[in-house]
Parts: sequence; C-alpha cells; structure tokens
Amino acid sequence: MVKRRKNVLLGIIAGTLALTWLLPFYLMIVNSFKTKRNIFTDTLGLPEEFTFENFTEAFQELQFIRTFLNSLFITTFSIAVIIIFSSMAAYALNRNKGKLSNFIFMLFVAAMLIPFQSVMIPLVMIFGKVDMLNPIGLIFMYLGFGSSLAIFLYHGALKGVPQALDEAATIDGCNKFQTFWYIIFPQLKPISVTVGILNVIWIWNDYLLPSLVIGGGNTETIPLRLFLFFGQYTTQWHLALAGLTISILPVIIGYFFAQRQIIAGVSEGAVK
Amino acid sequence: MRNRDLSFWLFLAPVILALVLVVFVPLLYGTIYSFTDWDGIKTSQFVGLDHYITLFQDSEFLNALQFTTLFSIASILLINAFGLSLALIVTSKLKSRNVLRTIFFMPNLIGGLILGFIWQFIFIKVFSSIGTLFGIPFLNGWLSTTETGFWGLVILMTWQLSGYVMVIYIAYLQGIPNELIEAAEIDGASPFQKFWRVKFPLIAPAFTVSLFLTLSNSFKLYDQNLALTDGGPYNSTQMLAMDIVKTAFTDNNMAYAQAKAVIFFIIVAIFSLSQVYFNKKREVDL
Repeated sequence: MVKRRKNVLLGIIAGTLALTWLLPFYLMIVNSFKTKRNIFTDTLGLPEEFTFENFTEAFQELQFIRTFLNSLFITTFSIAVIIIFSSMAAYALNRNKGKLSNFIFMLFVAAMLIPFQSVMIPLVMIFGKVDMLNPIGLIFMYLGFGSSLAIFLYHGALKGVPQALDEAATIDGCNKFQTFWYIIFPQLKPISVTVGILNVIWIWNDYLLPSLVIGGGNTETIPLRLFLFFGQYTTQWHLALAGLTISILPVIIGYFFAQRQIIAGVSEGAVK
Repeated sequence: MRNRDLSFWLFLAPVILALVLVVFVPLLYGTIYSFTDWDGIKTSQFVGLDHYITLFQDSEFLNALQFTTLFSIASILLINAFGLSLALIVTSKLKSRNVLRTIFFMPNLIGGLILGFIWQFIFIKVFSSIGTLFGIPFLNGWLSTTETGFWGLVILMTWQLSGYVMVIYIAYLQGIPNELIEAAEIDGASPFQKFWRVKFPLIAPAFTVSLFLTLSNSFKLYDQNLALTDGGPYNSTQMLAMDIVKTAFTDNNMAYAQAKAVIFFIIVAIFSLSQVYFNKKREVDL
C-alpha cells in the first residue's frame, strides 16, 4: 500500500516535470496558429480561429526548400568526410604502435581542448584569402573541427577489432585499403552511427561558423535564414513562431524514428 | 602499418591536413597577431603586450568575464541538480520512464539559436501575460534588465542541458550492480539511504564528467546568448564568446579581439586540463 502511494506521488512529480518541459513547445505551436492581433490580446489561450496563413507566409519567407536543401547538403557531406577520413586515420594510428603514431593521436586529443572562438578570427581571414569562404570550405572546416572526437571514438572501438582479421585479409590478397574498407570498416558500424548522430546534432544546428563562412546569400542554412524574423525593432511573432515550428519539424520527425539510437549515441559520446 | 609505409600517411593525410589548416595554423597565427596591430588584412608593427594590458582594464571584457563566471556557477548547480533528479525518476519503475526520457532529452536536438528564440517569446510575451492576468508585476519586463536576462539564460540552459546530463547519470546509475541495491534492501535501507549511502558514492565519476561538461558548455555559450538577449541591455548580459565575436566582426578590432580569444583559450585549457587531472586521480583510487 505504502509502496503504491509512493509510486503515485513519483508519477505525479514526473508528469508535472514532463509537462513543464513540453510547455515551451506547446506555447510556440499554439501561438503559431494565431493571428498577429490574437497573439497580442491572448497569448495563453487557444487560437480564436486556427489560421494556416502564418505557415504559408513563413515557409515562403524562409525559402524553406532552398535553405533545407542547403542544410542537408552541408550536413550530409560533412558527416560523410568525418566518418570516412576519421575512421581511416584511427585505423592507421591504432595498428601502428610507434611513438610517432602515439604523438599524432595525442595531437588530435589536444585539439579537442581548443575552443572555436580562439581560432575563428584567423581561420576566417586565412580561408578568405584563398577564396574558400563557401560550402566546400565549410565542409573542410567541419572535418578539421569534427575529426578529433571521431578519431578518439574510433580509436577506442578499434581495440576490440582483432588484428587477426587484418592478417587474414592480407593473406587473401587484400591491399591495405581493401582490408580497411571491406573488412574493418563494417566492424565499426555501431561507432559510426554514434559519430554520425553526434555530428548531425552539431552541424545541422550550428550557427556561428556558417554565419562567418557563408553568411547570407544563396548557400545559407536554416539557422542563418531564421534571423530574418527577428528584426532590428519589433519581432513579427506570428511569423517567427510559425518559422521556428517549421524549422524544428524535420528534427522532431527524425527524433521520433531514431530516439533510442540518438540517446544511446549521445550517452556513449559523453561518457568516454 | 609502419611509419615508413606510404599507406600509413595516406590514411592520415586528409584529417592531418584539415586539423593543421583549420585549428593549428589559425591558433599559431592568432597568437602571433595578438601581439601586433593586425587589422585583418595587414600588420605594420609589433605592439608587445599592449592588447593584454588594455583588456584587463577594459570594463566590457571584465564585465563579460564576471557575467560568464556567475552564469556558469548558477547553471552548473541547477543543471546537475535537475539532471540527477530526472535520471533518478527515469531509472525508477515508472511505466512511463521511456516516454519521460524522450521528453526530457528533446531540447538537446534543437539548435541553441532556435531554443533562444522560443524562450525569448516565453519571457517577453507569455511571462507578461501571466503577470498581467494574475497581477504579478515581477513577471513583467523580463530580459529588459541585467538580472532577468541572467536568470532567463540560466532557466533556458537548465531546461536544455538537464536532459543531457540526465543521460550521463543514467549510464552510471545503470552500471550499479543489482546485488548491491538488493543487499541494502535486505538490510532494511530506506529509499533515501539507498540513494545516499549506496548509489551516490558509486556514481561519483558521473559528477566529474557532468560538471566539466556543463562548465565547458556554459563557459563557451554563444547561440543562446545571441538569440535570447543579444547581450542587452547595454551589453550587460554579454558573455565572453559574444564579446570576442563583437570586438572582431562588429568593431573590426581584429588584433585586440584575438588577444581576448587567447585569454579565453587559456581559461578553457585550464578547465580541461584539471578535468584530465581529476580523471587520472580517480583511476588511481580505483
């Protein structure tokens, strides 16, 4: 009896916390269906009448299809190069036990300590000089900033991949690259999923680096474009909230389908 | 693979090239530039420690340093208190624990910029509506003063990151062997004793990980700061990262901004190295 009552109490506390956590999203969505005047007169209640006009207008102003594809292009290619090149590097570093190899690995670990703001000013100047302030330059930068953690995670995972596999592949006539690509890389799939998830969350949402590298213009991503609703003087909340809701939607859909892997991946990345 | 092998270097080449060009060369150049009058394009002379002397008398920088420090302390305490509580809730026997975990973690998937904009709406519009409705003047004018800007940022970060550190605490809580909990139950331990005497000491490593993670996240915060308060009113809620960005790209004071960036690097490096030290120490203890 006592135990059950305690569980009920815990359930009530947990439920209240969960509702509090969802409240900001609820308020955003409810108000995105209101007219400009309705938000002003009644922020807390339900809409007088549901209007979809905010969404069509915000969708157009965000140029959502274009900015979405830009975000998708930059995120996909950055993840691909981070996964391929970091796993290759970690393999080379793991299978070579020399001092130099160890030193290079430590260099990558040390790079994780350097905050982005400490290098951003010269970085933008240098890449500007060689005309690389564009999506390709940005993807290259994501490789530079993202490879450290990826190599660290792959390096740990490779300890569990027996060297006998390499030797068997060599005897069967594989060269080094074939051995890696056909035999080792498939063994690393779980950690590739982790690396992919951690980097999607970071790169899809990143603001400061793309704002410095590609700024406005044709190649802008969703976060860059969102600033349009937050003007110098007054914010058009009915459009801004609809725009924010549209921007969040793809992320929530992805989370719905892959929540288990996402939480497991983040946990693995943080605890190691 | 040996060092002499070409394949060793071919495997490493792309990431070494990226790391050197994106991180190490800018760090080296930046450090040198911070001792010159670099304007982003050219340098004409060395100015020695001038920028560093100026910045320790610069009230804007010192204010940002103070604000960032206080903000980090407040958010580290709240995030970890909430994060641990949430972890204890979702590792209990509640039927809804998986749904709860999904909900609490959700804000971490969304960019800091978007979260900042959502909370700007809540603090400005929703708070003042509630304040007017129930006659609570305290809820009016949020984000228009330094104090409400400060607590606004703390609330936003607590809401966001509690779910993140919750995941870390869960990982350690689930690593506690069941026999230990059962043994404590047989010995008649109350739930509070079970937590305080058995679980708490065993998840000590989770505190090191979570504390440093929240410290690093709070100290380097930029997106949420920009979207929620943009440093206002009068730059009083401007944190270090934003101060560096504005000095460089709004005031176009490149060399001076880079000197701030070097100090920023040194502070962050000290945090990170002390984490490495604590981790090493813990390994010896075990």
